[in-house]
Amino acid sequence: MSDQSPQQTPARTSYADRRKQRLDALARASADEEGGVSLIVSAWRRLRRNPVFLVGLAITITFVVLAVIAPWLAPYDPAARPLLDDIRPQTNPVPGPEPGHPLGGDDKGRDLLSRLLVGSQQTLMVGVLATLFGLLGGVTLGTVAGAFAGWVDSLVMRVVDVMLSIPSLLLAFTIAALASRPSQWTLIIAIATVQVPIFARLLRGSMLGQRASDHVLAARSLGVKPHAIVFRHMLPNALGPVIVQATLVLAVAIIDAAALSFLGLGNPDDRRPEWGQMLGAAQPYLGQEPHLAFYPAACIIVVALGFTLMGESLREALDPKTRR
Amino acid sequence: MSTQPIQPAVRHGEPLLAVRDLRVTFGRRGEEPFRAVDGVSFDVRPGQTVGLVGESGCGKSVTSLAIMGLLPTRGNTVEGTAVFDGEDLLSLSAQQMRDRRGADIAMIFQDPLSSLNPVIQIGRQVTEVMERHQGLSRKEAMPKAAELLERVGIPDPRARLANYPHQLSGGMRQRALIAMALACQPRLLIADEPTTALDVTIQAQILALLKDLVVETGTAMVMITHDLGVVAGLCDEVNVLYGGKIVERGTRHGLFARPRHPYTVGLLDSIPRLDAPRGEALSPIPGSVADNLPWDSACAFAPRCSNALDVCVEKTPAWEGDDVVGLRCFNPMGVSR
Repeated sequence: MSDQSPQQTPARTSYADRRKQRLDALARASADEEGGVSLIVSAWRRLRRNPVFLVGLAITITFVVLAVIAPWLAPYDPAARPLLDDIRPQTNPVPGPEPGHPLGGDDKGRDLLSRLLVGSQQTLMVGVLATLFGLLGGVTLGTVAGAFAGWVDSLVMRVVDVMLSIPSLLLAFTIAALASRPSQWTLIIAIATVQVPIFARLLRGSMLGQRASDHVLAARSLGVKPHAIVFRHMLPNALGPVIVQATLVLAVAIIDAAALSFLGLGNPDDRRPEWGQMLGAAQPYLGQEPHLAFYPAACIIVVALGFTLMGESLREALDPKTRR
Repeated sequence: MSTQPIQPAVRHGEPLLAVRDLRVTFGRRGEEPFRAVDGVSFDVRPGQTVGLVGESGCGKSVTSLAIMGLLPTRGNTVEGTAVFDGEDLLSLSAQQMRDRRGADIAMIFQDPLSSLNPVIQIGRQVTEVMERHQGLSRKEAMPKAAELLERVGIPDPRARLANYPHQLSGGMRQRALIAMALACQPRLLIADEPTTALDVTIQAQILALLKDLVVETGTAMVMITHDLGVVAGLCDEVNVLYGGKIVERGTRHGLFARPRHPYTVGLLDSIPRLDAPRGEALSPIPGSVADNLPWDSACAFAPRCSNALDVCVEKTPAWEGDDVVGLRCFNPMGVSR
């Protein structure tokens, strides 16, 4: 609009013109804001231009896609031992790269690339499911505590405090070690249990904040029933920080899962590879063949980084204080 | 909806809401209890607008929340009665009170943005009340919601139904809140500083709207405000609160023409006036509510009062008057100002 208005000497625009330009600029700025549908959409608008988020998203999508198509992508069965004949226990315990096997093999003659690719399935599944179960448990406890307040809240929160007082990895070890037959499910349960108190505490805090908020008071003043207050007016508004925490927990869960299977508390069946377990198996060869440990470690780090970048930028986008 | 005949369930002249000796005390174990509302009594008749006026902390909002049963039960004691249509609201169960709220008595709050649920569309928030109290389905309630939005002056109401609160302007949000409060045609509307968060032109629009709606539907209204300008434009009867007690009561005309309590006079004097000479300073009431004396053995306002006598710090002034005009003061201001 302002470009079409007749320009006078650029140094001395009249008061009316400057005012008009300012108003136009304001109108344009507010037009940008309009058409948004919800807070989530406006958060997405900010995320879309955030390079940190895009890098995290790219990493995550890459690994998720790789995990999904791994069975077709992997050149060999991760349990087959095509390089068995190359192993010389004294001189060459780990077969190196050769045509058809770009990363070489492991100490049992299995193709390393295939095992890494298929291993991503186990690692991601453990991470995602552990986070999901942790989220489910934490949201349930947090909702109960925040909705009822009073002695229910005190009871739930004391249990949560006790769980939080135990170092998380130690608690996960203990729970995983209690299982008579370790499997990826004991891993998932152990890691999920560790996350429950964190989610519960976080949600309970924001539920209590919502309970005291004006819009909940307004809803109560209209006679809205308690369960609708909790599930329609409190919970959806309180979930924000919990969702962000969940993205960050994904990274932690993947690292924890790797740590537990590295120590042999995960799935003992090495025909179904998993990165942490591969890392553990690489231990005896760390001195001579560091690449055996390097590849799975690098995968764990990059995936965890991807989730962390995504979670951090999501937190920033949803945080009203950092909004511009 | 506006064509529906108004059927006042209560005979005109008989109070719709009669608040008697309302006392609200805050206090937790091991702490000195604090009496926020100290024996407040007033009547609201059908179709009447009654103002509760006072500065921050005088107990006006607590009074309204106590009547609505919205004070947290923990650590609060509410005594007295609030008889609405023959029923004491303060002795109803939580369930019974929930059925009254929104249907018989509704409330409008101060901050229109924070009083709307940010993640739910306006339409759903308006229909929620009708679904709750009138047993309508959302589909049935939606056209009514659009009608309501239109009636409170929201342009293009059908499109606004799908908007989220942050997409509306402050004035529109307050209009939406008024629509929600009026959705079930309550007989009493409590407005807790409904214009404080709005700018002056919007304030005037909202007040005009409330006035129209009250006249049109015959709804009685309790208007809680610190702004005497709002009172002058809207209220039939005014109660001035100080430190949890009503210190003066009068009709709108009577109170503005002949304020008698020094506090009322102070409130009127501290309003900026267009016809005052330029550069003249406003005359605020000295001190703050922190200087209050306890009502038990004195007049709470005495330390800030320009007219205080010795007796003011020795005895509690008694209420002299009835349910229309009254005063609680040992040394009221002269008959004319």
